[in-house]
Amino acid sequence: MTASSKRAGGPAWVGRSIRRLEDPALVRGAGRFTGDLLADCWVRFVRSPVACGRIRRITAPAGATVLTAADLAGVKPIVPMLHKFNYVPIRQPVLAKDMVRFVGEPVAAVVAATAQEAEDLADLVEVEIEAMPAVVRAHEAIAAHAPCVHAEAARNVIVEARVRTPGFDAAMAHAHRQVEIAIRSGRQNALPLEPRAAHAAWDRASARVTLTCATQMPHAMRTIIAELIGMRESDLRVIAPDVGGGFGQKMSLCPEFVVVTWLARGLQSSVAWSEDRRENLIACFHSRDQHVTLVAAFDAEARLLALSADVLANVGAYSCYPTTCAVEPLMALAEMPGPYAVREYACSARGIATHTCPMAPYRGVSRPVITFAMERLMDKAAAAFALDPVDIRRRNLVRTFPFRTATGLTLDEASYVETMDAAVEAINVAAFRARQIKARAQGQYLGLGISTFCERTGYGTPAFAERGMDVTPGWETVEVSMDPSGLIEARIGSSPHGQGLRTTLAQIIADELGTSPDRIRIVHGDTDRTPYGWGTFASRSLVIAGGATLLAAQKVAVKLRSLAGILLEASADDIVLEESVARVAGTDRAIAFDALARAAYHQIHRFKGEVAPGIAERATYDPPGTFSNACHLAIVEVDVETGCVRLEKFLVAEDAGRLINPMIADGQIHGGVAQGIANALLEEIIYDEGGNILTATLADYLPPTVREIPSVEIHHLETASSASITQAKGLGEGGAIGAPAAVLNAINDALSPFGVSIDELPATPRRVREALRAAMT
Amino acid sequence: MTEKIEITLNINGHDHSVRVEPRKTLVDVIRDDCGQTGTHIGCEHGICGACTIILGDEAVRSCLMFAVQAQGKRIRTVEGLAEGDKLHPLQTSFMTHHALQCGFCTPGFLMLAVNALETNPDITDEEILDLLSSNLCRCTGYQNIVKAVRSTAHEMRRARAP
Repeated sequence: MTASSKRAGGPAWVGRSIRRLEDPALVRGAGRFTGDLLADCWVRFVRSPVACGRIRRITAPAGATVLTAADLAGVKPIVPMLHKFNYVPIRQPVLAKDMVRFVGEPVAAVVAATAQEAEDLADLVEVEIEAMPAVVRAHEAIAAHAPCVHAEAARNVIVEARVRTPGFDAAMAHAHRQVEIAIRSGRQNALPLEPRAAHAAWDRASARVTLTCATQMPHAMRTIIAELIGMRESDLRVIAPDVGGGFGQKMSLCPEFVVVTWLARGLQSSVAWSEDRRENLIACFHSRDQHVTLVAAFDAEARLLALSADVLANVGAYSCYPTTCAVEPLMALAEMPGPYAVREYACSARGIATHTCPMAPYRGVSRPVITFAMERLMDKAAAAFALDPVDIRRRNLVRTFPFRTATGLTLDEASYVETMDAAVEAINVAAFRARQIKARAQGQYLGLGISTFCERTGYGTPAFAERGMDVTPGWETVEVSMDPSGLIEARIGSSPHGQGLRTTLAQIIADELGTSPDRIRIVHGDTDRTPYGWGTFASRSLVIAGGATLLAAQKVAVKLRSLAGILLEASADDIVLEESVARVAGTDRAIAFDALARAAYHQIHRFKGEVAPGIAERATYDPPGTFSNACHLAIVEVDVETGCVRLEKFLVAEDAGRLINPMIADGQIHGGVAQGIANALLEEIIYDEGGNILTATLADYLPPTVREIPSVEIHHLETASSASITQAKGLGEGGAIGAPAAVLNAINDALSPFGVSIDELPATPRRVREALRAAMT
Repeated sequence: MTEKIEITLNINGHDHSVRVEPRKTLVDVIRDDCGQTGTHIGCEHGICGACTIILGDEAVRSCLMFAVQAQGKRIRTVEGLAEGDKLHPLQTSFMTHHALQCGFCTPGFLMLAVNALETNPDITDEEILDLLSSNLCRCTGYQNIVKAVRSTAHEMRRARAP
């Protein structure tokens, strides 16, 4: 980092918990969310009441504007594509055509002058569907004679991937002991508090459409929607204004956005849609819903020699754009061994279509489930070898870096053992064990659960290309400029929606340019204003957009020093940037940034042709990917009479490399852990056998309140990694990844006197009681 | 559909005279007809609390009542918390303690807690947990919201102390 060596010693902004630049507007209620916009026309979608069936007739009330698939004949179906792993491309019409495939699938769109009127009319639309047998569970869908969700996918297998290292069979054969586990994760909804919303407006002068929508990927939405409805991409502007949480759910294309954009163009008007919570729960994307079976071979010292995994992922009725529904099974396949040094590995991972809501990424993508599987396996193995759970992990965690995994990934510098040790030390395990024994004698069941994992973040292009994705995200481009008044602006293709990226990127720039974050504006979420980029998902933005920001800021620093050198008649090498001033080092000869910027635009003759006018640079960053790591510890109390689980303590020791803003990093961990605890204990989308959703309100699907979430104690390690030029690793998902395993291990530890093994998420009171009852009979 | 009626809502001290259908919810009228979009809609069935406002001296969910029911009462929304440039202490505390991420639930939490601090200045730490359990946040895991509210409660108590 040559540029930063020229920065003088001013206050470093990186590493400080400064207040967020995002907050003043949000606490005043001055945020701008999609649903705040008014429109001339409002849409309400009529949705399928059955899971599988043939559409016989759709009858609109007299005088109402009701669109069906027939009206959208020119709109292409959504066909996400993968070029590997026996992927079967399946087609999703934006409004159901001929067949319906899940309860909640949009079959018609009603347009009216107000949202209320559209809703009234939608109730009067008669949809006649000949119901057919549905299949809702993955293991039933692969059975012979199961109903086929898509004719082109035999046995409903959409994707099937296998790996097997050459020495796997021999390693298995030589095992001292084999340990098996079968786990299941229920189905969840990411549940951002702002439901989906879209607003599309036709501009008569330019003949363009502006789509404002709650999305995490504005540029990718522009690409796919323009393609589907047949317009030139630059004629569509996509704006992601303030977005009320996403967690992955707002990353994928929803067909409703296509319809709204198509309507605005056709009606040459403004058209809006806001879903209600019921629509969000039944018809926005779901996640998890996987079965994982592991068989592990250990040597006599409890070292993991070989691991075999079978992953069955229920992917729902359609495949999501752009990742495709293969995202969950393929990530499980590539990352199952996690932080453990296992050399021999075999895995079969399948994505299975069912007559249920389509699945899409949700914070953690597959890793909450595979971490749950691996960490339950480690606890089972510990019991089999009569070892402490910490001890068996210590024997198997990767210690030397870089480490090449059995699936060819490179684990960069990290602290798997040290992080676990830090967590264990902080919680005083010995004291807990003494308390646990005492409590048991009084009929009180306490348990301690541990979960160690690594979290791949900052996935660059090679990582996605490895999966054979037709749309291959990875890189980010950032433009950093200084306007003639000296204000610095960074335009990014990432699209933060709560992560505080405006603040953290401003901290990075402030340090490079010797200025303060309040002189820096970060522009995002507008395809007309920002360079093409991939948005915010997969714990990537601080790593990748942060890296590109650093590179672009370094170029701006070079430019500022050249400009100042000429005006101050000094060598550019002798110019330092500090306190928004360019100064000849060790002198009082200096020029303020605003004067320098003014000259760069308005008095370019003063530079004698040696520099180009203006101050604007851009840079792209496309890293290989980097792994954060953490250890989670949970202490629970299980009420054996009711099956209720109370969390007494939750501790996280996290290593996400260099922390740019520790306050924001902690906030990401708090939120992730809360979702992970919810995954472990509360939240589950439940379908009946016929494919009807039984959890369609927030009184049935149970997001946690403050009463269910304890304070999280956080410890940080900061291992510098060469895999990220800012040395920051991503950590947005880690909380959600580690918590379910820690909580379930704690529950099983608490109930160890009963000899139960609860291996299904969420561990609701009913499941806990069932396990106890079964153990007692 | 249904006949519109004329109503007047007093929001943050300003009268808004609007013509709305009697079946229109208070939150819809506050947002669509009165243009005060700081109050958000998260579930429309009274669980999430994103639409919490202060009506008279009570924090209520504005998705669960009709606008006509709020006539003649003093409505306070998040837009009315700051006095010009001067933020309400709880707004500042939310920023200091990183009690918001996406900011969508924030107006509801602010109105809920401001009402509690005004009507029960001696609110205990435990009562604050009970209070905050009535609203949902999906980003923060709550602990910084708890910190922000508790710290404001303590400060306000200190300020009152003789």
